[in-house]
Amino acid sequence: MELDAIPYLPRGVRLHFDKVRDTWVLLAPERAITLDQVGQAILSELDGTRSFGQITDDLAAKYNAPKDQIVQDSAGFLKALRDRRFLEVQ
Amino acid sequence: MALDRSAIRPPIAMLAELTHRCPLSCPYCSNPVELTRINSELDTETWQSVFKQAGELGVLQLHLSGGEPASRRDLETLVTSARDAGLYTNLITSGIGLTERRLKALDEAGLDHIQLSLQGTDAPMADQIGGYKGGFDRKMKVAEWIADIGFPLTLNAVLHRRNLHQLPRALEMAVEMGARRIEVATVQFHGWALKNRDTLMPTREQAREADRIVSEARAALKGTLVIDYVPADYHSDFPKRCMGGWGTTGLNVAPDGKVLPCHAAETIPHLQFDNVRDKSLSDIWYDNSAFQAYRGTDWMSEPCQSCERKTVDFGGCRCQAMAIVGDASATDPVCIKSPHHGALQAQADAHASVADAPLVYREAPGKESEPAE
Repeated sequence: MELDAIPYLPRGVRLHFDKVRDTWVLLAPERAITLDQVGQAILSELDGTRSFGQITDDLAAKYNAPKDQIVQDSAGFLKALRDRRFLEVQ
Repeated sequence: MALDRSAIRPPIAMLAELTHRCPLSCPYCSNPVELTRINSELDTETWQSVFKQAGELGVLQLHLSGGEPASRRDLETLVTSARDAGLYTNLITSGIGLTERRLKALDEAGLDHIQLSLQGTDAPMADQIGGYKGGFDRKMKVAEWIADIGFPLTLNAVLHRRNLHQLPRALEMAVEMGARRIEVATVQFHGWALKNRDTLMPTREQAREADRIVSEARAALKGTLVIDYVPADYHSDFPKRCMGGWGTTGLNVAPDGKVLPCHAAETIPHLQFDNVRDKSLSDIWYDNSAFQAYRGTDWMSEPCQSCERKTVDFGGCRCQAMAIVGDASATDPVCIKSPHHGALQAQADAHASVADAPLVYREAPGKESEPAE
C-alpha cells in the first residue's frame, strides 16, 4: 500500500465488538474475521480522510513503535483485505 | 458420545428461512420436499425473539432466506430487529417481490448486504429454470435499484448441465452489476434437486471446464470480483466440508421454528429436532440430540476414523451419505476412500447422459388461508 493512499472500509464492512467471544471482529458479506490487536488498531483508525502514511505516523506515536515496523506489519494485512474487497482505497 | 457443553463453540452464522413461499419454482430448490404452510410460519414477534437470542448466543451473521423472504410483509421490521440484535444482516433473494420503495425501506432498516440469485444469464434460460415468466427482466431491474442505493451485492449463480455454458457471461454480469462477489454454485443434490438429477447433473467435462474458467477468472478479476466456487461434488474426489462441520459453525431455523443443523437435516429420519416455540435457541444449540449426533469425530467409522482429513472435511455431508448410501454416519460417497465412490461416479455419468429428461419443478407450499395482510 502506498503511503499517500487513503484506505477505507466500504459499505457493508464494519468493525464489531463480539461480546460473546470478547474480541473485535470485522464483519463483511458472509464473512466474520477475528482481529488481533494490530488489526483492530489499524482498522479503527480508518476514517476515509487520512492517508496510510498519516495513520501509521499516528500509530507509531501512539504505541511508541517504529513506523517502518507498523507499515510492514499492516501492509500485508490490508492487501489481503483489499483482495477480498473488504477494503477500498481512494 | 455427546460432546460436553464446554467443548462446543457458539455458532457464527444463522440461516433464517422466513417462509417457504416463493414466486419461483426452481427444480433444485434446497427447501425440503415437505414444505411449511403459511399458517405454520413463525410470527413477527417470535422471529424478533429468535434474532435477539441468536445475538446473545454468539451468532454474527444472519442470512434471511426462504423460499423468497420478500414474500414476508414484515421483512423490513425483521431487518430492523436483526440489526438491533447486533447481527450482520444479509438478504438472500431472487429479487421478485422487491420494489424500489421496499429496497429503500430495507436500506433505512439497516440491511447490510444482498445476495441475488441468478437462474440464467438471459430471459429464456432464467425464466424456464425459475418457472416464472418475466422473472429475469424484473431481476435486472432490481439489480439496478440495488446498485443505485449502494447495497453491497453478491450474485449467486446456480449452475447445472443446462446452463453451465453461461458461466462466462454470469461472471461478466456480476462485474457489470458492480457486485463485489459472486458465488459460482454448482447444484448440490438435496431437496428438490434429487428429483432432477437426470436433467441437471453436469457432465464430467462441464465440471472440469467450470474449474478452469473459475481459476482463470480468479486471476483476471483479482481485487475486482471475489469468486467463491462450489464445484460439482459428484465429480469430485474429496467431499465438501459440509456446514463447516456439523454443529460447529451454523444453524438453520425453518419457517415453522424448527432448528436444524443444516437445511437438509430432516432427510435423516432418526434425528429429532427442537423448536424455538418450545426451547431457547441456546439450549437447542448446546443440547439438542440432532446437533450432538455428528459433532466432533467420535461418531465416525472407517475409513473416516483413521483418515488424516477427518478434521478437514468431517467426512463430508451427512445428508448425502444418508441419501446415497442409506447411512448418515457413513463416509460421504463423494470421497475417493468411500467404497461407494466408484458407484457414485458411474451414477453421475449415467445421470449426465440422460437425454431430454423433463424439469420437475418445486411445488408451492399448501395454502389453507391467505396472508394476513
